Amino acid sequence: MLRTQIRPAIVSFIVLTVITGILYPLLVTAIAQTVFHHQAEGSLIVSGDGKILGSSLIGQNFDDPKYFWGRISATSPAYNASSSSGSNLGPSNPALLDEIKARVSALKAADPDNNVLIPVDLVTSSGSGLDPHISQAAAEYQLARVARVRGLTQETVNQIVDQNTQGRFLGFLGEPVVNVLQVNLALDEHKN
Amino acid sequence: MGLNDFIQTIFFLIVVLLMVKPFGSYMACIYMGRPAGLNVWLVCVEKWIYRICAVKEEEGMTWKTYAVAMILFNILGVLVVYAIQRLQAVLPLNPMAMPAVSPDSSFNTAVSFTTNTNWQSYGGENTMSYFTQMLALSVQNFVSAATGMAILVALIRGFIQKQMNTIGNFWVDMVRTVLYILLPLSIVFAVVFVSQGIPQTFNKSAVATLLQATKDSNGKLVNQQELALGPVASQIAIKQIGSNGGGFYNANSAHPYENPTPLSNFLELLAIMLIPVSLCYTFGCMVKDRRQGWALLAAMSIIFLPCLWFCIQIEQQGNPLFDKLGVDQTTTAFQSGGNMEGKESRFGTANSAIWAVSTTAVANGSVNCMHDSFMPLSGMIPLWLIQLGEVIFGGVGCGLYGMIAFVIVAVFIAGLMIGRTPEYLGKKIEVFEMKMASLVALIPHMFILIPTAIAVLTVVGKAGISNPGPHGFSEVLYAFSSAAGNNGSAFGGINANTVFYNVMTAVSMFFGRYWLAIPMLAIAGSLSAKKIVPSTQGTLPTHTPLFIVFLAMVVLVVGALVFFPALALGPIVEHLMLRGA
Repeated sequence: MLRTQIRPAIVSFIVLTVITGILYPLLVTAIAQTVFHHQAEGSLIVSGDGKILGSSLIGQNFDDPKYFWGRISATSPAYNASSSSGSNLGPSNPALLDEIKARVSALKAADPDNNVLIPVDLVTSSGSGLDPHISQAAAEYQLARVARVRGLTQETVNQIVDQNTQGRFLGFLGEPVVNVLQVNLALDEHKN
Repeated sequence: MGLNDFIQTIFFLIVVLLMVKPFGSYMACIYMGRPAGLNVWLVCVEKWIYRICAVKEEEGMTWKTYAVAMILFNILGVLVVYAIQRLQAVLPLNPMAMPAVSPDSSFNTAVSFTTNTNWQSYGGENTMSYFTQMLALSVQNFVSAATGMAILVALIRGFIQKQMNTIGNFWVDMVRTVLYILLPLSIVFAVVFVSQGIPQTFNKSAVATLLQATKDSNGKLVNQQELALGPVASQIAIKQIGSNGGGFYNANSAHPYENPTPLSNFLELLAIMLIPVSLCYTFGCMVKDRRQGWALLAAMSIIFLPCLWFCIQIEQQGNPLFDKLGVDQTTTAFQSGGNMEGKESRFGTANSAIWAVSTTAVANGSVNCMHDSFMPLSGMIPLWLIQLGEVIFGGVGCGLYGMIAFVIVAVFIAGLMIGRTPEYLGKKIEVFEMKMASLVALIPHMFILIPTAIAVLTVVGKAGISNPGPHGFSEVLYAFSSAAGNNGSAFGGINANTVFYNVMTAVSMFFGRYWLAIPMLAIAGSLSAKKIVPSTQGTLPTHTPLFIVFLAMVVLVVGALVFFPALALGPIVEHLMLRGA
């Protein structure tokens, strides 16, 4: 019984490995590279002189008051795109509260007159440590600060934020979000 | 729950439900050898595989031969996956020059991927070469899923066939599953995933210049970001479809490259549910009584739906400890609100909770948010769904055969109540079937609770815990539940990449898979040899609402009673402490 099954086991293993492990990914790569080359290579943002500025899907760390800040990143260093991770802090872990307190005071220090409650996504870590987005409320919270530091009107900044906001898919799937890196790139561009 | 979240949830459930009939009948055609498009066009490939494998397509196997073939194929899988990881440094397609994986981690991963668990003690993007991801891990994603589905089909044959000693041919079931079901679906999903932004390339990581330089933990200035890429989309498609769940990246489907948009999130969710849910209909088609398939789906759903609602609700209420810190957790049109720790902005709390419940009801185990940071009670839902035995939809194939084991237990109990010999689908359920079904219902419990007890009593076990207090216990309980239930998700704070956890979880995964698969094949063999008893007035109908509720109760009682004490020590006490604080 065992003997007769050895050959089918080995041969079928090899054949299925070739089909699912080599031919399948090669086929998908061929289609992807032809039809969706930009996405297949990581949706990179490239400057006019060919420098890679980042990816529209991967966040970067910001703590300068002139930029919009993103989610807290639990990777080391922050927003390490070659080693993704969440904080995995439990809801009752004192370390979680310490982290939130630190973030709250950093936000307050950068904008002492802002007494609005802080949107929760701005003081919590993302699941991947690479979240490129914040909620519209989190952008709104930072709007006055960014405008003031840059000497721009709030309307101008608001316009730039709107241009880099994605609504819900079909109007109801997912959450509307602002792409932090793209907003900040656009702000720097605007200054020039 | 906000209106929009309600709409998202209902839309998801409706789309899943609409897929059941077309896809379920397609799979039934494939397994019954009826023409269904692909199995006509690709038949020459199928026949060619049988020819070179020296498999006689029409030759059935006894349940013992079937089990031997299955085990042999799976052992080969473990050996090859282990070897590739150990040798990846000298194998091609390793642009980031990944070194060999450690022996204990390789062993754990090899068992994990062959048992369809996809528990990952490693971080994908900084451990595995493209070669390993493709030729070791992706391949097992296909064949471990096909193994589960093959066993299910063999079991269904046990109900259909009369007085036969064979239950079908393992190689035929396996090849057909891969060729006609998993592969075409994966190709379609993978291409759509790339369109959304999931990378698919053999180039090495891209390096970006940061807009604002940052500092690492030693205070050193960092001004570059290394963006890990690879053949991701092809692996993510089968990871979701085959209820595998093993991510290309460490953060799994929370990673923006593994799940970039709300649409990709929706499709990945759909891919989690598609086969496990549709197989209920396939079952109904094959036993020529579709009501039986709907009945099983209904019994699963009456446990699934309240869990889904409860989990979303709790996550959206947020963490009471945050309220004192000047944080706004309300759900509005401009923010998802709720407990956003460990969640991605583009998904918010609702889509994260829907995913958490779906991925654990189905033994998928991929995550789009960190379960470890869930509120105690909403984190308990995924944990408990795994502990119910992964039968609420469950993994592809194995979920439904697990549920059929519970059906056997249920008709047996009902038979005792009404004083008749229990039957299911015209087959008498006797001592042998009942013994095997009890094994299937009880073995996972043993491989969850005993290793958990060992871990929390030993220094090496406690060393892996990352969160203090009862939450730390939940981490360990979740780890072994996930391993024995072949789920693969985790309370990810646990440091499981140690010799202790790598070996202990591998043992749980191994027994949680094969000690259920083999008794199920034994049931298939035993049923196949029986006559079909015509149903009479005294036969207990197994498609009525009464039986559906009864079956759900049996699943709940077995799961709830066994695990209540352990859950009380973990999430329940944490909830009380948090509320009291």
